[in-house]
Amino acid sequence: MSNRIPADMPPSEYEDEGRERRSYVVGLVLALVLTTAAFATVWLDLLSGGAALAALGLLALIQAVVHLRYFLHIDLQRSHRDDLLLILFTVLILLIMVSGTIWILYDQHVRMMP
Amino acid sequence: MSLSERLHPGINLAGTDPESHEAAEEVLFGFWIFLMSDLVLFAVLFATYAAMSVQGIAEGPRPAEVFDLTAAFVETLLLLFSSFAFGFAMLEMKYRENRRGVLLWLLLTGVLGAAFVGMELHDYYVMITQHAAPPQASGFLSAYYLLTGTHALHVSSGLVWMAIMAVQVAVVGFSTPVKLRLMRLALFWHMLDVVWIGIFTFVYLFGVAS
Repeated sequence: MSNRIPADMPPSEYEDEGRERRSYVVGLVLALVLTTAAFATVWLDLLSGGAALAALGLLALIQAVVHLRYFLHIDLQRSHRDDLLLILFTVLILLIMVSGTIWILYDQHVRMMP
Repeated sequence: MSLSERLHPGINLAGTDPESHEAAEEVLFGFWIFLMSDLVLFAVLFATYAAMSVQGIAEGPRPAEVFDLTAAFVETLLLLFSSFAFGFAMLEMKYRENRRGVLLWLLLTGVLGAAFVGMELHDYYVMITQHAAPPQASGFLSAYYLLTGTHALHVSSGLVWMAIMAVQVAVVGFSTPVKLRLMRLALFWHMLDVVWIGIFTFVYLFGVAS
Protein backbone atom coordinates (compact mmCIF):
# COMPACT_ATOMS: atom_id res chain seq x y z
CA MET A 1 0.00 0.00 0.00
CA SER A 2 1.63 3.24 -1.09
CA ASN A 3 1.12 6.31 1.03
CA ARG A 4 2.20 8.88 -1.52
CA ILE A 5 -0.29 11.60 -2.31
CA PRO A 6 -0.91 11.92 -6.06
CA ALA A 7 -0.21 15.45 -7.26
CA ASP A 8 -3.63 15.84 -8.84
CA MET A 9 -5.60 14.71 -5.81
CA PRO A 10 -7.26 17.54 -3.90
CA PRO A 11 -6.61 17.55 -0.15
CA SER A 12 -10.29 16.99 0.64
CA GLU A 13 -10.27 13.73 -1.31
CA TYR A 14 -7.18 12.61 0.48
CA GLU A 15 -8.94 13.19 3.80
CA ASP A 16 -11.97 11.32 2.52
CA GLU A 17 -9.82 8.37 1.61
CA GLY A 18 -8.17 8.38 5.02
CA ARG A 19 -11.57 8.36 6.65
CA GLU A 20 -12.86 5.51 4.50
CA ARG A 21 -9.71 3.51 5.08
CA ARG A 22 -10.00 4.00 8.84
CA SER A 23 -13.62 2.84 8.62
CA TYR A 24 -12.53 -0.50 7.14
CA VAL A 25 -9.79 -0.90 9.75
CA VAL A 26 -12.20 -0.13 12.60
CA GLY A 27 -14.64 -2.66 11.14
CA LEU A 28 -11.93 -5.30 10.90
CA VAL A 29 -10.75 -4.77 14.49
CA LEU A 30 -14.30 -4.85 15.89
CA ALA A 31 -15.11 -7.97 13.86
CA LEU A 32 -11.94 -9.70 15.09
CA VAL A 33 -12.73 -8.87 18.73
CA LEU A 34 -16.35 -10.07 18.41
CA THR A 35 -15.39 -13.27 16.58
CA THR A 36 -12.69 -14.09 19.12
CA ALA A 37 -15.09 -13.39 21.99
CA ALA A 38 -17.66 -15.75 20.45
CA PHE A 39 -15.19 -18.61 19.96
CA ALA A 40 -13.59 -17.98 23.38
CA THR A 41 -17.02 -18.31 25.00
CA VAL A 42 -17.25 -21.86 23.70
CA TRP A 43 -13.56 -22.84 23.89
CA LEU A 44 -13.07 -21.68 27.47
CA ASP A 45 -16.56 -22.70 28.63
CA LEU A 46 -17.16 -19.18 29.93
CA LEU A 47 -20.90 -19.71 29.88
CA SER A 48 -23.10 -22.76 29.58
CA GLY A 49 -26.56 -23.73 28.45
CA GLY A 50 -29.04 -21.03 27.56
CA ALA A 51 -26.77 -18.20 28.71
CA ALA A 52 -24.07 -19.29 26.25
CA LEU A 53 -26.54 -19.45 23.36
CA ALA A 54 -27.97 -16.04 24.23
CA ALA A 55 -24.49 -14.50 24.45
CA LEU A 56 -23.46 -16.07 21.12
CA GLY A 57 -26.62 -14.84 19.42
CA LEU A 58 -26.04 -11.34 20.77
CA LEU A 59 -22.39 -11.33 19.61
CA ALA A 60 -23.48 -12.47 16.13
CA LEU A 61 -26.10 -9.72 15.96
CA ILE A 62 -23.56 -7.07 16.95
CA GLN A 63 -21.03 -8.40 14.45
CA ALA A 64 -23.61 -8.37 11.65
CA VAL A 65 -24.36 -4.73 12.46
CA VAL A 66 -20.61 -3.97 12.48
CA HIS A 67 -20.22 -5.54 9.03
CA LEU A 68 -23.24 -3.66 7.68
CA ARG A 69 -21.98 -0.38 9.12
CA TYR A 70 -18.26 -0.51 8.33
CA PHE A 71 -18.01 -2.79 5.26
CA LEU A 72 -21.37 -2.17 3.56
CA HIS A 73 -21.55 1.48 4.69
CA ILE A 74 -25.15 1.43 5.85
CA ASP A 75 -26.04 4.20 8.26
CA LEU A 76 -28.96 6.40 9.20
CA GLN A 77 -28.33 9.09 6.59
CA ARG A 78 -31.46 10.36 4.92
CA SER A 79 -30.30 9.25 1.45
CA HIS A 80 -29.96 5.70 2.71
CA ARG A 81 -33.44 5.39 4.16
CA ASP A 82 -34.75 3.40 1.17
CA ASP A 83 -32.02 0.83 1.49
CA LEU A 84 -32.33 0.68 5.26
CA LEU A 85 -36.10 0.18 4.99
CA LEU A 86 -35.54 -2.57 2.42
CA ILE A 87 -33.13 -4.31 4.79
CA LEU A 88 -35.34 -3.89 7.84
CA PHE A 89 -38.40 -5.16 5.96
CA THR A 90 -36.41 -8.19 4.77
CA VAL A 91 -35.30 -8.82 8.35
CA LEU A 92 -38.96 -8.75 9.44
CA ILE A 93 -39.90 -11.29 6.75
CA LEU A 94 -36.92 -13.45 7.71
CA LEU A 95 -37.87 -13.42 11.39
CA ILE A 96 -41.44 -14.46 10.57
CA MET A 97 -40.28 -17.27 8.28
CA VAL A 98 -37.52 -18.55 10.56
CA SER A 99 -39.44 -18.42 13.82
CA GLY A 100 -42.56 -19.81 12.12
CA THR A 101 -40.63 -22.72 10.63
CA ILE A 102 -38.87 -23.57 13.88
CA TRP A 103 -42.12 -23.32 15.87
CA ILE A 104 -44.18 -25.47 13.50
CA LEU A 105 -41.50 -28.13 13.06
CA TYR A 106 -40.93 -28.29 16.81
CA ASP A 107 -44.66 -28.68 17.37
CA GLN A 108 -44.83 -31.45 14.75
CA HIS A 109 -41.86 -33.14 16.37
CA VAL A 110 -43.49 -33.12 19.81
CA ARG A 111 -46.72 -34.57 18.38
CA MET A 112 -44.85 -37.30 16.54
CA MET A 113 -43.04 -38.54 19.67
CA PRO A 114 -44.42 -41.85 20.93
CA MET B 1 -18.44 17.60 -3.95
CA SER B 2 -17.73 15.62 -0.83
CA LEU B 3 -18.60 12.24 0.56
CA SER B 4 -21.68 13.67 2.24
CA GLU B 5 -23.62 13.23 -1.01
CA ARG B 6 -23.91 9.50 -0.78
CA LEU B 7 -26.67 7.91 -2.76
CA HIS B 8 -26.51 4.28 -1.74
CA PRO B 9 -24.87 1.90 0.74
CA GLY B 10 -21.43 0.65 -0.22
CA ILE B 11 -18.57 2.62 -1.73
CA ASN B 12 -19.81 5.89 -3.24
CA LEU B 13 -18.03 7.64 -6.08
CA ALA B 14 -19.40 11.12 -5.33
CA GLY B 15 -16.05 12.84 -4.90
CA THR B 16 -14.02 11.16 -7.61
CA ASP B 17 -16.34 10.22 -10.48
CA PRO B 18 -19.68 12.10 -10.38
CA GLU B 19 -20.88 10.56 -13.64
CA SER B 20 -20.56 6.96 -12.49
CA HIS B 21 -21.90 8.04 -9.10
CA GLU B 22 -25.18 9.18 -10.65
CA ALA B 23 -25.45 6.00 -12.72
CA ALA B 24 -24.81 3.85 -9.66
CA GLU B 25 -27.89 4.81 -7.67
CA GLU B 26 -30.59 2.65 -9.24
CA VAL B 27 -28.24 -0.14 -10.34
CA LEU B 28 -27.03 -0.63 -6.79
CA PHE B 29 -30.50 -0.37 -5.29
CA GLY B 30 -31.60 -3.14 -7.65
CA PHE B 31 -28.65 -5.22 -6.55
CA TRP B 32 -29.61 -4.70 -2.91
CA ILE B 33 -33.03 -6.15 -3.71
CA PHE B 34 -31.30 -9.22 -5.17
CA LEU B 35 -29.08 -9.49 -2.08
CA MET B 36 -32.10 -9.38 0.21
CA SER B 37 -33.88 -12.10 -1.79
CA ASP B 38 -30.71 -14.18 -1.56
CA LEU B 39 -30.80 -13.61 2.19
CA VAL B 40 -34.33 -15.05 2.23
CA LEU B 41 -32.93 -18.25 0.65
CA PHE B 42 -30.29 -18.49 3.38
CA ALA B 43 -32.84 -17.75 6.11
CA VAL B 44 -35.00 -20.67 5.05
CA LEU B 45 -31.96 -22.96 4.99
CA PHE B 46 -31.03 -21.69 8.48
CA ALA B 47 -34.56 -22.41 9.71
CA THR B 48 -34.43 -25.94 8.27
CA TYR B 49 -31.05 -26.49 9.88
CA ALA B 50 -32.26 -25.15 13.24
CA ALA B 51 -35.08 -27.69 13.28
CA MET B 52 -33.01 -30.57 11.92
CA SER B 53 -29.95 -30.12 14.12
CA VAL B 54 -32.10 -30.67 17.22
CA GLN B 55 -34.80 -33.06 16.06
CA GLY B 56 -33.17 -34.71 13.06
CA ILE B 57 -30.17 -36.48 14.56
CA ALA B 58 -31.65 -39.98 14.02
CA GLU B 59 -28.92 -42.66 14.36
CA GLY B 60 -26.22 -40.28 13.12
CA PRO B 61 -23.59 -38.32 15.08
CA ARG B 62 -24.46 -35.19 17.06
CA PRO B 63 -23.18 -31.74 15.97
CA ALA B 64 -20.59 -31.57 18.76
CA GLU B 65 -19.06 -34.87 17.63
CA VAL B 66 -18.34 -33.85 14.05
CA PHE B 67 -17.52 -30.12 14.11
CA ASP B 68 -13.95 -28.83 14.22
CA LEU B 69 -14.08 -25.39 15.83
CA THR B 70 -10.45 -24.57 15.03
CA ALA B 71 -11.12 -25.03 11.32
CA ALA B 72 -14.29 -22.92 11.60
CA PHE B 73 -12.30 -20.17 13.34
CA VAL B 74 -9.61 -20.15 10.63
CA GLU B 75 -12.31 -20.09 7.92
CA THR B 76 -13.94 -17.14 9.67
CA LEU B 77 -10.64 -15.24 9.66
CA LEU B 78 -9.98 -16.07 5.99
CA LEU B 79 -13.36 -14.73 4.92
CA LEU B 80 -13.08 -11.66 7.15
CA PHE B 81 -9.66 -10.68 5.79
CA SER B 82 -10.89 -11.39 2.27
CA SER B 83 -13.79 -8.98 2.80
CA PHE B 84 -11.37 -6.42 4.23
CA ALA B 85 -9.03 -6.76 1.23
CA PHE B 86 -11.91 -6.13 -1.14
CA GLY B 87 -12.62 -2.90 0.71
CA PHE B 88 -9.09 -1.73 -0.06
CA ALA B 89 -9.45 -2.78 -3.71
CA MET B 90 -12.51 -0.51 -3.89
CA LEU B 91 -10.61 2.42 -2.32
CA GLU B 92 -7.81 1.92 -4.84
CA MET B 93 -10.40 2.02 -7.63
CA LYS B 94 -12.20 5.04 -6.24
CA TYR B 95 -9.25 7.30 -5.48
CA ARG B 96 -6.50 6.27 -7.90
CA GLU B 97 -8.02 4.16 -10.70
CA ASN B 98 -4.80 2.26 -10.41
CA ARG B 99 -5.15 -1.03 -12.33
CA ARG B 100 -2.18 -2.71 -10.72
CA GLY B 101 -3.28 -1.77 -7.21
CA VAL B 102 -6.84 -2.96 -7.76
CA LEU B 103 -5.68 -6.21 -9.35
CA LEU B 104 -3.28 -6.94 -6.49
CA TRP B 105 -5.97 -6.38 -3.83
CA LEU B 106 -8.43 -8.46 -5.89
CA LEU B 107 -5.83 -11.23 -6.12
CA LEU B 108 -5.41 -11.19 -2.33
CA THR B 109 -9.21 -11.24 -1.91
CA GLY B 110 -9.50 -14.15 -4.33
CA VAL B 111 -6.68 -16.18 -2.77
CA LEU B 112 -8.21 -15.81 0.71
CA GLY B 113 -11.65 -16.72 -0.68
CA ALA B 114 -10.27 -19.77 -2.47
CA ALA B 115 -8.46 -20.85 0.71
CA PHE B 116 -11.80 -20.57 2.52
CA VAL B 117 -13.55 -22.82 0.00
CA GLY B 118 -10.61 -25.25 0.09
CA MET B 119 -10.79 -25.50 3.89
CA GLU B 120 -14.52 -26.13 3.77
CA LEU B 121 -14.06 -28.94 1.25
CA HIS B 122 -11.38 -30.38 3.53
CA ASP B 123 -13.86 -30.18 6.44
CA TYR B 124 -16.38 -32.15 4.40
CA TYR B 125 -13.72 -34.72 3.53
CA VAL B 126 -12.73 -35.20 7.18
CA MET B 127 -16.36 -35.42 8.31
CA ILE B 128 -17.27 -38.00 5.68
CA THR B 129 -14.16 -40.18 5.94
CA GLN B 130 -13.32 -39.98 9.65
CA HIS B 131 -16.61 -39.28 11.40
CA ALA B 132 -18.93 -41.31 9.15
CA ALA B 133 -21.02 -38.19 8.65
CA PRO B 134 -22.09 -38.04 4.98
CA PRO B 135 -25.15 -35.97 3.97
CA GLN B 136 -27.43 -39.03 3.83
CA ALA B 137 -26.72 -40.09 7.44
CA SER B 138 -29.38 -37.89 9.06
CA GLY B 139 -31.64 -34.89 8.61
CA PHE B 140 -29.17 -32.83 10.62
CA LEU B 141 -26.31 -33.66 8.24
CA SER B 142 -28.42 -33.14 5.11
CA ALA B 143 -29.37 -29.67 6.35
CA TYR B 144 -25.76 -28.95 7.36
CA TYR B 145 -24.31 -29.79 3.94
CA LEU B 146 -27.13 -27.95 2.19
CA LEU B 147 -26.64 -24.75 4.19
CA THR B 148 -22.84 -24.61 4.19
CA GLY B 149 -22.70 -25.98 0.64
CA THR B 150 -25.01 -23.23 -0.64
CA HIS B 151 -22.77 -20.67 1.03
CA ALA B 152 -19.62 -22.26 -0.43
CA LEU B 153 -21.26 -22.27 -3.88
CA HIS B 154 -21.99 -18.57 -3.49
CA VAL B 155 -18.38 -17.90 -2.54
CA SER B 156 -17.17 -19.99 -5.49
CA SER B 157 -19.39 -18.11 -7.95
CA GLY B 158 -18.10 -14.89 -6.38
CA LEU B 159 -14.57 -16.10 -7.18
CA VAL B 160 -15.51 -16.74 -10.82
CA TRP B 161 -17.12 -13.30 -10.97
CA MET B 162 -13.95 -11.83 -9.45
CA ALA B 163 -11.75 -13.49 -12.10
CA ILE B 164 -13.99 -12.07 -14.85
CA MET B 165 -13.81 -8.61 -13.27
CA ALA B 166 -10.01 -8.85 -13.02
CA VAL B 167 -9.86 -9.49 -16.79
CA GLN B 168 -12.23 -6.57 -17.43
CA VAL B 169 -10.14 -4.24 -15.26
CA ALA B 170 -6.97 -5.33 -17.05
CA VAL B 171 -8.42 -5.08 -20.56
CA VAL B 172 -11.10 -2.36 -20.42
CA GLY B 173 -9.90 -0.34 -17.46
CA PHE B 174 -12.18 1.72 -15.25
CA SER B 175 -15.15 2.57 -17.42
CA THR B 176 -18.45 3.28 -15.67
CA PRO B 177 -19.93 -0.22 -16.29
CA VAL B 178 -16.78 -1.91 -14.96
CA LYS B 179 -16.81 0.26 -11.86
CA LEU B 180 -20.48 -0.47 -11.20
CA ARG B 181 -19.87 -4.22 -11.61
CA LEU B 182 -16.99 -4.09 -9.15
CA MET B 183 -19.18 -2.20 -6.68
CA ARG B 184 -21.88 -4.86 -6.93
CA LEU B 185 -19.34 -7.64 -6.52
CA ALA B 186 -18.06 -5.86 -3.40
CA LEU B 187 -21.57 -5.79 -1.92
CA PHE B 188 -22.06 -9.47 -2.80
CA TRP B 189 -18.76 -10.39 -1.18
CA HIS B 190 -19.40 -8.42 2.02
CA MET B 191 -22.91 -9.89 2.25
CA LEU B 192 -21.52 -13.45 2.05
CA ASP B 193 -19.32 -12.60 5.03
CA VAL B 194 -22.43 -11.48 6.94
CA VAL B 195 -24.13 -14.80 6.12
CA TRP B 196 -21.02 -16.61 7.39
CA ILE B 197 -21.44 -14.88 10.79
CA GLY B 198 -24.76 -16.71 11.02
CA ILE B 199 -23.17 -20.00 9.99
CA PHE B 200 -20.25 -19.96 12.41
CA THR B 201 -22.53 -18.87 15.26
CA PHE B 202 -25.71 -20.89 14.73
CA VAL B 203 -24.13 -23.96 13.15
CA TYR B 204 -20.66 -24.41 14.64
CA LEU B 205 -20.72 -22.58 17.98
CA PHE B 206 -24.34 -23.48 18.85
CA GLY B 207 -23.63 -27.06 17.80
CA VAL B 208 -20.70 -27.41 20.16
CA ALA B 209 -22.11 -25.28 23.02
CA SER B 210 -25.49 -26.99 23.31
